[in-house]
Amino acid sequence: MNSLLFDFQVDESTNSVLITREFDAALSFVWDAFTKPEMLDQWWAPKPLISKTKAMNFEVGGRRFYSMVWPEGQEFWGIEKYIYINPKACYKMLTSFTDNNENINTEFPTSEWELNFSELNGRTKLSIIIKHKTLADIEKLIQMGFKEGFTMTLNELEILLINSTN
Amino acid sequence: MRRDIFQAIADPTRRAIIVLIALQAMTPNAIAENFNTTRQAVSKHLRILTECELLKQEQKGREIYYSLEVEKMKEIDKWIEQFRKIWENRFSQLDNLLTTLNKNKK
Repeated sequence: MNSLLFDFQVDESTNSVLITREFDAALSFVWDAFTKPEMLDQWWAPKPLISKTKAMNFEVGGRRFYSMVWPEGQEFWGIEKYIYINPKACYKMLTSFTDNNENINTEFPTSEWELNFSELNGRTKLSIIIKHKTLADIEKLIQMGFKEGFTMTLNELEILLINSTN
Repeated sequence: MRRDIFQAIADPTRRAIIVLIALQAMTPNAIAENFNTTRQAVSKHLRILTECELLKQEQKGREIYYSLEVEKMKEIDKWIEQFRKIWENRFSQLDNLLTTLNKNKK
C-alpha cells in the first residue's frame, strides 16, 4: 500500500487544489466507487463522519444530494451537480453546501471539480483538480467541515474494517 | 479588516514580493524596481504583508530593509498539511473498499 502514489498540492496562483492518487484496483472499481451512491457512502466522509446520499442521478445535469452526519447526530448537507461526464475517464461537477431542502447556502463557497481516471498495469490513477474562487474559500472549507474530524487514527480504522470484513 | 496569511498570498504581486525578500532583505525602493507598478502600489502591498505579520522591518542608517518572517510562512504549510490529511484518510477508506471489491471478484 505504501508504494501507491499520493501527491497533494495547492496552486496559489489558480486557487486550486491538485490531488493525484493511485489505487491498487481496476479502473471500473474506482469509477464505481465514485459514481455509485451505495459505494460512495462507504468511504467519502472523513471519520468519524458518515456520508448519506439522499438522491443521486449520475448524468449531465443530474446531481447528488447528500449529508454528512456527526456521531452526535448533527447533520450538514451538500450538493454536487454534474456538468460533464465521459464514462470511465472523466467527470466534472460543481459542489456547494445546502440546507436540508437542497437550497444552496451562499455563505459557503462553491467549487468546481474535475476528476480524471486512467489505468496502467492494473492500477488506477486518479487526478482531481478543485478550483475555488479564492484561497480563503479553501481555508473556510477546512474550518467548517473537518476541524475535529480526524481524531480516529488510521490504525483504529483498519482494525474496524478488518473486524467488519471477517 | 481581518488580515491573515491567505490575503497575503492571494495576490500575484505579493507572492512575487515574498519570493524576492525570501532571498535577501531589501529596501522598498529596491523591491519596487522589480515591478511595473507605481511605488504607491508596492507600498500598499508591503503594508498588507506587514499587517499579515509576514514582513520584518529593520532600520539600517536612513533605509528600512524588509525581510521575510519565515515562521509565519510555515503556517501555510501547516494549513496545507491539514487538508492533505483529510484526503489521506478519505483515500485510505477507499483503499479498504477497493480491497474488499478485489477479494469478492476472486
